[in-house]
Amino acid sequence: MRMLHWLGAAALAMTVGGTAQAADVKIGVVLPFSGANADLGHQMDKAFDLYVKLHAKDIAPNTVTLIKRDEGPPTGAAAKTVATELITNDKVNLLTGFSFSPSAIALAPVVTQAKVPMIISNAGTAWITNLSPYIVRLSFSMWHPAYPMGAYAYDKVGCKTAAVAYTDFPPGKDSTEAFETGFKKAGGKVVLSIPMGSPVQVPDFTPFFQRIKDAHPDCMYVFIPSGAHATGVMKAYGELGMRKAGIKLIGPMDLIPDNKLQDMGDAAIGTIVMGHYAVDLDNAANKAFNAEWHKAYGADSYPDFMSAQAWDTMHAIFDTIKKLNGNMTDGAKVVEAMKGWSADGPRGHVMIDPTTRDIVQDEHAMEVYRKPDGKLGERILGTTKAVKDECKVLKVGRCGS
Amino acid sequence: MSETKPRTSAFFEARDRATDYLVRRHHLRWPEVLPWLVAIACFFLFPNRMTFGSQVLIMIMFALSLDLILGYAGIVTLGHAAFFGIGAYTVALASLKLGWSEPISGLFGAAVIAGLVGVVVGWFILRYRGLTLLMLTIAFAAMLQESGNLRSDITGGYDGLPGLTFDPLLGAFQYDLYGHTNYWYALAALAVVFYLVRRIVYSPFGQTLTGIRENVRRMHSIGSPVHRRLVTVYAISAAIAGVAGALFTQTNAYVTLTVFDFDSSAKVMVMLILGGTGRLYGPFLGATVYMVLEDYFSKLSPTFWQFGIGILLVLTVLFARRGLLGVAEDFVRLRLSGRAGDAAPRRLVWKPEHWKALGASALDGAILGFLIGFAANLSRTELMSSFVAGTPARAFIFTLGGAAIGAGINAVYLLITSRSAVAGAAS
Amino acid sequence: MPQIANIVVSVLFDGLAYAMFLFITAVGLSVTMGLMGFVNLAHGAFAMAGGFVVVSLTRSYGIDFIPSLLIAAVLIGLISVRFEKRLYRRLYKSTDLEQVLLTIGLAFMAIAAFTYFYGPIPKSVPLPHWLEGDVNLGFRRFPSYRAFLIVVGAALIAVLWYVFENTNIGAKIRAAVDNRRMAESVGINVDRLFTLTFAVGSGLAALGGGLAIQLFGLTPSFAVLYLVLFLIVVAVGGLGSLKGTLLAALVIGIIDTGGKYAFPVAGNLFIYAITALVLLIKPSGFYGRE
Repeated sequence: MRMLHWLGAAALAMTVGGTAQAADVKIGVVLPFSGANADLGHQMDKAFDLYVKLHAKDIAPNTVTLIKRDEGPPTGAAAKTVATELITNDKVNLLTGFSFSPSAIALAPVVTQAKVPMIISNAGTAWITNLSPYIVRLSFSMWHPAYPMGAYAYDKVGCKTAAVAYTDFPPGKDSTEAFETGFKKAGGKVVLSIPMGSPVQVPDFTPFFQRIKDAHPDCMYVFIPSGAHATGVMKAYGELGMRKAGIKLIGPMDLIPDNKLQDMGDAAIGTIVMGHYAVDLDNAANKAFNAEWHKAYGADSYPDFMSAQAWDTMHAIFDTIKKLNGNMTDGAKVVEAMKGWSADGPRGHVMIDPTTRDIVQDEHAMEVYRKPDGKLGERILGTTKAVKDECKVLKVGRCGS
Repeated sequence: MSETKPRTSAFFEARDRATDYLVRRHHLRWPEVLPWLVAIACFFLFPNRMTFGSQVLIMIMFALSLDLILGYAGIVTLGHAAFFGIGAYTVALASLKLGWSEPISGLFGAAVIAGLVGVVVGWFILRYRGLTLLMLTIAFAAMLQESGNLRSDITGGYDGLPGLTFDPLLGAFQYDLYGHTNYWYALAALAVVFYLVRRIVYSPFGQTLTGIRENVRRMHSIGSPVHRRLVTVYAISAAIAGVAGALFTQTNAYVTLTVFDFDSSAKVMVMLILGGTGRLYGPFLGATVYMVLEDYFSKLSPTFWQFGIGILLVLTVLFARRGLLGVAEDFVRLRLSGRAGDAAPRRLVWKPEHWKALGASALDGAILGFLIGFAANLSRTELMSSFVAGTPARAFIFTLGGAAIGAGINAVYLLITSRSAVAGAAS
Repeated sequence: MPQIANIVVSVLFDGLAYAMFLFITAVGLSVTMGLMGFVNLAHGAFAMAGGFVVVSLTRSYGIDFIPSLLIAAVLIGLISVRFEKRLYRRLYKSTDLEQVLLTIGLAFMAIAAFTYFYGPIPKSVPLPHWLEGDVNLGFRRFPSYRAFLIVVGAALIAVLWYVFENTNIGAKIRAAVDNRRMAESVGINVDRLFTLTFAVGSGLAALGGGLAIQLFGLTPSFAVLYLVLFLIVVAVGGLGSLKGTLLAALVIGIIDTGGKYAFPVAGNLFIYAITALVLLIKPSGFYGRE
């Protein structure tokens, strides 16, 4: 018995000392640092940095180097160029980040060819993970929050009829399609569907909402990109007195990003969203995450769902480095090692689905309310455990291929 | 009015010189080989950066197409991305819907479609000039983008059309990860396009265009079909922009509606003016400098690279009116013409108005300092609800500091320029 | 039928409020372009700067919204004079292209600088209580803030109208827009006039920027995001014409709002289609000089 123990230790020492010397894992981080969506990049970048700072010792003697590049506007081309060069010129072992679906979509053939894993920490168009076996997603698919919201809205919120309004670009269409699928299945009726302009510019939301107000559904499901749009939606909703008119505002969590919540005012109170993260989520990992965040970035800075995704992304990468002893050069092996990864993160228990390489996570129905200390917060109304990307389960459209 | 003065020998001499100039000016000059040598050298110097390199070449071609209408014919447009986008979507849809994925014939297809659209649009909008024309071009590009989004089932909307495949180049060269094939392909296409543009610019047709730019009334009165000429060159330019767009799609194997963005039209115009308009090599210099600096600054600071680009543009306008190429020309000319001013004394002449200038810069610096002091307490804080009020002391210190820095910078500037002023006066 | 009337009233009201924002922000651009032919693409940057001054004043200095708006307008107006004297003045005689390059460069620098100090997250301002919620105008309720926007817009139009049509300065500006050389030859100091209108125009833009925070939220990229919209108002209205700018703002504001209400699928197509249509028929806008 003792002998065996010794042998094991010796074998371990040989593998550590012999084959894998301390490796420096190069991680290309592609996030929007400039332009109208720069705040999305910053929310994730801060989480990456924080994780690396706190956990660098966990992977010793291996180290990581983050090479950050600007994802630029959501055109695909800009991100594709910088990411390709991260592979060819900087020789990164893996790529992470990617706020915008076009960036991930444009890059998919490149990572397949280069055999470099792409670990997505945001981009949410459902069928992205089907594009390349080297794509792993730790964020969400548009279907994650939107599909369960359909049934929840009908059963629990009491929406018999609903209007949907969305920013007119593919994630918006994805999200509303998912909601409608779930909502109709539960027995609800969608009375109005309104596209609200391009994602580039925040429009004046009033005419769209006025139209919904005149149609008078029980609920309105709104999808907007989680950036500057969110505040505008809340203002128009408040100004038009829609809550008083009996129209409830529901949507995915993009509607109330945690870092903008305090700015939204009373209009936001009563909004019900489905999502996988809120700063008020009650679990140990999230409490620790928030405490570290405030310590690093100040009491006024809040993480949001993107930060939580980025945190989990880096967590998965670090665990993989540990698992492979820093031997990250073979992309296929890295992806293989990531399949089935699971951990308790700020979002609760998350797992990478080994078959789809997409995340499996809990979805929470949350309501905005005013906390006793005067700040706005989110109250958990109910939780759906271990939600998979329903788009790939139902094989809708491109998700089926 | 006809010439009635008697013709002197000086007249004939001048005419000969003029003819001589016209005959010679389209001859190849040795410096013209340089850009191509540089492009080839880049391949061997930076073999890992060819993805970026091909993007630069594509932007050069796009800027060249703009130069043809803006620099030579004086058509100001902020909607040229429309044709770039048409070209980009032509090859994408041809490959996806028709299975036509041969790249080189795709370029021709893109040129034809973009050119045809150019004829139609140009026929309508080229009757106007100035702001009206500018707004019409913007509106056209924006309408294309909006209609594209309306039919996102065809165009893929803002998520774009992924998974485009193109045949290997000439049936032999695959598109590789390092972008090597793309680079040579784009370079060859650029060379062909450049040759055409060069021919056009130095042809009688090109001369008419310059005439229209300089004095449209005169061209009308000597019977030049101004509108037809403008539409023709607009269509040619549109076709070239279309080729650039097609290359963009082929090298990225991807296209989204953002190719029609206003930003893209504005950026290519900025590149062109930066390099120098109405010069064949302006687009080369402008696009390269802009993109290389953008790349450099964005690595230096992914968040704030725009500031560097902004300063570059402002400095170009203030100190290099004719673009970077203009500066280069002046420099070369100065070198060639000898240094006549060298013997002149280089001393500083301090004039009373210099004090005034210093005062003005101090004021500017103070204003800037005050504003920064006013805002400084906000820095790095994100949630507005709990800001600490700024201290007046900090605003005061920043104001004084700004004044000192402003005056200091101007003093240095004056020390340099006043010296050279003396040198210039003596020559 | 009352349903239809209700819709028409909503669209008119929202469109009017939107039009007032467009007018306030774009009128300065129109006059400076008409007066000097100066293409000032940094106009949006002044509006953005004004918005951030309002944010700072209300948030960190505790000043109320309305006085903050006024301070921001005056402050930005004064600062713009320095820009005009130092940078713009050098380029009066140069081509449009150089002006475009300079002012785009300034806009880029402004965006980067404000991102540095304020961060890229959209900002909002605390409003006084009487501007929140909605107000009852007898026959139905309207959002208070939009009503406020309309009142401010109407007041400004009245003042500008008076200055333009009934004062000495106004007469000089009109003369200079009509024929600059003639105006100079009768002794009008057009340069000084330009400095003045530039300052007022930038101040108004700052006011517009401050008013827009509640509508769109404020990020540094405001400087270029809505620039095309301002240019459209200027071009459709006609350079240097107060009447034209107002009419253009109304047409664009109301038709855009109506279009979004009735045919949301078409997005911004309406604005651009109208622009193209108006300019093809009347190349110099509603009230521009031919």
